[in-house]
Amino acid sequence: MRGERRERRRIPRSRLWGGFALVSLVLGGLGATVARAQQAKDSCIECHAALEGPLADPVALMREDIHRARGFSCADCHGGDPRSDDPLAAMDPKKGFVARPPHRAIPALCGRCHSNAEFMKRYNPALRVDQEQEYFTSVHGKRLRAGDTRVATCTSCHGAHGIRSVQHPLSPVYPLNVAETCARCHADAEYMREYRLPHDQYDRYRRSAHARALYDRQDLSAPTCNDCHGNHGAVPPGITSVAHVCGQCHVRQATLFRASPHKAAFDAMGLAECVYCHGNHDVLSPTDEMIGTGEKSVCVSCHPPGDAGYQAAERMRALLDDLSRELERARAILDRAERAGMEVSRAKFELSEARDALTHARVLIHAFSVKEVENVIRPGLEVARRGYHAGERALAELNYRRKGLAVSLLFILFLAALLYLKLREIEGPR
Amino acid sequence: MSLWNEQRRKLLNILLGTSVGATLVAILYPILKFMIPPEVIEATQTSVVAGRVNELPPNSGKIFKFGNKPGLLVHTPTGEYKAFSAVCTHLDCIVQYRPDLRLIWCACHNGQYNLSGKNIAGPPPRPLEEYAVNIRGEEIVVSRM
Amino acid sequence: MRVETWRSWLDERLGTEAVREFLRRKEVPIHRHTIWYYFGGMTLFLFVVQVVTGALLLLYYRPSAEAAFESVQFIMTEVEFGWLIRSIHSWSANLMIATLFLHMFSAYFMKAYRPPRELTWVSGTLLLFLALAFGFSGYLLPWNKLAFFATKVGTDIAGDVPVIGPFLLRFLRGGEEVTGATLTRFFGFHVAILPGVMTIVLTLHLILVQRHGMSIPPSLEGTRVRTMPFFPNFLLRDLIGWVLAIGALAALAALFPWGLGEKADPFAPAPAGIKPEWYFLFLFQTLRLLPARVGIFEGEVVGVTLFLLGGLFWMLVPFLDKPTSRGWRGRFFTGLGVFIVLYIAVMTIWGYLA
Ligand code: HEM
Ligand code: FES
Repeated sequence: MRGERRERRRIPRSRLWGGFALVSLVLGGLGATVARAQQAKDSCIECHAALEGPLADPVALMREDIHRARGFSCADCHGGDPRSDDPLAAMDPKKGFVARPPHRAIPALCGRCHSNAEFMKRYNPALRVDQEQEYFTSVHGKRLRAGDTRVATCTSCHGAHGIRSVQHPLSPVYPLNVAETCARCHADAEYMREYRLPHDQYDRYRRSAHARALYDRQDLSAPTCNDCHGNHGAVPPGITSVAHVCGQCHVRQATLFRASPHKAAFDAMGLAECVYCHGNHDVLSPTDEMIGTGEKSVCVSCHPPGDAGYQAAERMRALLDDLSRELERARAILDRAERAGMEVSRAKFELSEARDALTHARVLIHAFSVKEVENVIRPGLEVARRGYHAGERALAELNYRRKGLAVSLLFILFLAALLYLKLREIEGPR
Repeated sequence: MSLWNEQRRKLLNILLGTSVGATLVAILYPILKFMIPPEVIEATQTSVVAGRVNELPPNSGKIFKFGNKPGLLVHTPTGEYKAFSAVCTHLDCIVQYRPDLRLIWCACHNGQYNLSGKNIAGPPPRPLEEYAVNIRGEEIVVSRM
Repeated sequence: MRVETWRSWLDERLGTEAVREFLRRKEVPIHRHTIWYYFGGMTLFLFVVQVVTGALLLLYYRPSAEAAFESVQFIMTEVEFGWLIRSIHSWSANLMIATLFLHMFSAYFMKAYRPPRELTWVSGTLLLFLALAFGFSGYLLPWNKLAFFATKVGTDIAGDVPVIGPFLLRFLRGGEEVTGATLTRFFGFHVAILPGVMTIVLTLHLILVQRHGMSIPPSLEGTRVRTMPFFPNFLLRDLIGWVLAIGALAALAALFPWGLGEKADPFAPAPAGIKPEWYFLFLFQTLRLLPARVGIFEGEVVGVTLFLLGGLFWMLVPFLDKPTSRGWRGRFFTGLGVFIVLYIAVMTIWGYLA
C-alpha cells in the first residue's frame, strides 16, 4: 500500500539526490528511519522552507512532528508529487494534491493510517486503531457527520503539522494540557451559546480536588477531562455509567457503595450515584460535614428526621467526630508536652494509627453501615486515648521533675547555708 | 561560753557531714541509675526478626513491628521473602498482602503495590520502602537497606 | 592505723606533705575585686561537670547519621535520668562559656596578664578557643535540623579563611558537604582530640596560676592588701558557689529541658533564621553586616581575616600592652577592653533580634 509505494519510490532517488539527503537530514532530525526516508526528494519542503510567513510555518512545525520523525512528509497527507521541482506539477490536483483538507474529511484522512491495524502495527504495535470509529460515537463525531464543522476533529486537539506524541509534555493532549485544550472551545461562552452548553466546567474543574492533584502535585494519574468523558469518544457519562467512571479509580468506595442499601435506592430514583453527593466537575475534597444531619449534610435531602437513614447518618457522623476530637486532643496535649521540652515523638508516631483509622472510616462511610464504621473507629479511639494519656504522663513527669527539683534545691540551699556557717565559724575569731 | 561554742561546732560539723554525704548520694544516685541499661535496649533498630521460616506459607504476608513502624513481610507465590514498610505512601494507612491479587493492597483507597513495592494502581504516589531479608537458621531477619 | 601513720605513709610515697605545705601557704588577696577570683574556679567546676556528664552520655550516644538523633532521643526518653544528664551537659556547656568570658575579661581589666603572668594569659586564650571548639563540635552531635544547618553555615565561614580556607573546609567536614562523615569527625574532635588537648593546656594554666599566685590589680598596688588563706577559707567559698551551681543546673534542666528538635535531613531546604549558638552570634552578626565586597576583597574573607587577626591580637595582649608591663597605667588597653565588651554585647543582642 502506501508504505510499499514509498519504498518503490525511494530506490532511484537515493542515488540521484544523495547530496540533498544531508540537508534534509538536518532539517528533519536524526534516526535511521528518518535517514532512509529523507533520502527521497521532497520538493515541498525545499520550496516551502524558502518561503516566508504562513507558507513556511508547516515546515518549521514539522521538525517536532512525530510523523516526520517516522519518515512521513507533506505529500503523505496533502498528496501531489514531491519529486517534481515544478510547483504546478508538484501541486497538481490531478495527482491528488489538496491544499487544505476540509474539516469534515479529517477523521478519514488520519484514519487512512490510524484505522489500519496492519499498517500501524509496524510503527507501534500497542497503539489502538479504533480512534476513528470511536470518534464517530462521540458528540463531536455525530455532529460532524450531521454537517456541523464547528466541532472538534483530530487536528483540533492534536494539531496538524507539529503533532507530538501523547507522552510529550508539550503535546496539547498531555495530561497536564488536556483541560486547557478542551477549554479552548468549552470555556468559550460565545462558542458554546449555539449549543446551549454550560461553559464553566473548566473553571469548576480547576477548583476540584482532581485538579489539585494533577496540577499542584503533578500526579499524572489524576483525572482530567478525558479520563471521565473518554477522549475520542467524548460524551458526558450518563447517570448509569457515572459510578463506573468514578469507580475506575475509587474502586473501594464504588465496591462498598454497590454492596450498600443505597445502590438499589439510587437506581430506583434514577440518581447518579457518586455525583449526587460529590458533584462532578468541581469535586472537592470531602469533609465530615457532608455526612450527618447538619447544614452541609448530603443525607438529609432524602432522609427526613427520624428515619433509619437519618439516625445512621447522625451516628456515623458522631463516630467520626469522636475520633477527630480525640485525635485532636491527643495531638494538642502531646504538642504541649513537646513545647515544654518533653520527648514525645514516639507517642506522636503511635498516634498515626488513629489517623489511619480515621482515614479508613471515612472510606467505609460508603458502606452506609454504622457497624462497619464503628469497627474501625473503636480501635482508633483506643489509640487516640493512649496518645492522650502519654501526653498526660509526660506533663505529669514534668511536674514530678519540678517537685523533685524543689526538694533537691531545698537541700542544696541548706548545704550552702551550712558551708557559709562553717566559714563564719572559721573566720569568726579573727 | 566555750562549752556552748563547742556544742555548736559539733552540731555544725555533724550537719555538714551528713549534708555533704546526702548531696553526694543525691548526685551519685541519678548517675548510677543512668548507667543501668534500660529495658528497651536499643535506640534504632536496624534489623529485626520478622518471623520464622515455617510460619508463613507461600503467597501470604504478615505485619511485623520494625522499630516503631509497621513492616510487611511477604512470602511470594514463587517462594521468595520480601519485606517493605507497611505504611502506605498515600495517606499512611497500613497495607496488607492480598493472596487473591498476589499484590500488596491498601484498604483505605485501594492502593496497590506489586511485589517489588512499586505503586501500580490507585492513589499511592511513591513505592513502599523496601527492606532487606535474610534467613538466619529458622529466623527471618529484616534489615534496613 | 592512726591518721598520722596514714599521713606519713602516704607522704613517703606521694610527697603529700609538700602539697599540704603549699596549700597552707597559698593566700588570696582580699579587696573589692576579689569576687572575680571565683570565676576561674567556677569554669573549672563546670568543665568537670562536662567531663562527667559527657562520659555518661557516651554510654548511649552513637556517632552516625543513622543513629545519632535516635540515640539522643533514646537517652531522653528511655534511659533513667537521661533527660537530666543531657540537659545538664547542654546547660553546663553554655554556663561554662559564660563564666569563661567573665573570667577572661576580669583578668583583662585587672591587668592580670602583667609580667610574669603572660603565659597564663596565653594559655587562657587557648582554653577559650578550645571551649569554643567544644561547643561548635558538640552542637552537631544530636544531628538535628538546626544543628545541621548551623554547622553548614559555620564550616562555610571557615572556608573563607584566606589561603587555607578550602582545605580547612574539607578538613572540618571530612568532605565537601556536611554529611555523616562530618558527624563522625566532630564526635572524634569532641570526645577525644579536644579533651586531650584541653587537659594539657588546662594543666599548664593551673600550674602557672599556682606558681605565680593571684595577681593584685594595678590600682591597688602599693596599698596594704589583706589576704585570706586559700585553704579552707577561699575553697569553702568556692564550694558554696559550686553547690549553688549544681542547684542552678538542676533547676535549668528541670524547668527548661534541652530540646531535641527534628532529625536533620540533608536534602531538606534550610529553615529560615538559622543562628549559631549565642557565643558565636557576635561573629556571625559582624559577617552579616559586612558588605559583599570590601575593596577588591570579598566581604566574608575580610571579616574572617579580621577575626583571625583579632584572636591573635587577643592572645598577644600581654606583649603589646607595653605601658602596663612597665608599671604605668595602660589607659589605651582599658579603653579597648571596654570597646570590645560593648561591641560583643551590642552585636550579640543585634544578632539575636535580627
Ligand atoms: C571530655 C569532655 C566531654 C565529653 C566526653 C563530651 C561528650 C559529649 C557527647 C557524647 C555529646 C552528645 C550528646 C548530646 O548532644 O547531648 C555532647 C554534646 C555537647 N557537648 Fe560535650 N562533652 C565534653 C565536654 C564538653 C565541653 C567542655 C563543652 C563546652 C564547651 C561541651 C559542649 C557540648 C555541647 C554544646 C553539646 C551539644 C549539646 C546538645 O545540643 O545536646 N562538651 N558532648
Ligand atoms: S492510604 Fe493507602 S491508598 Fe490511600
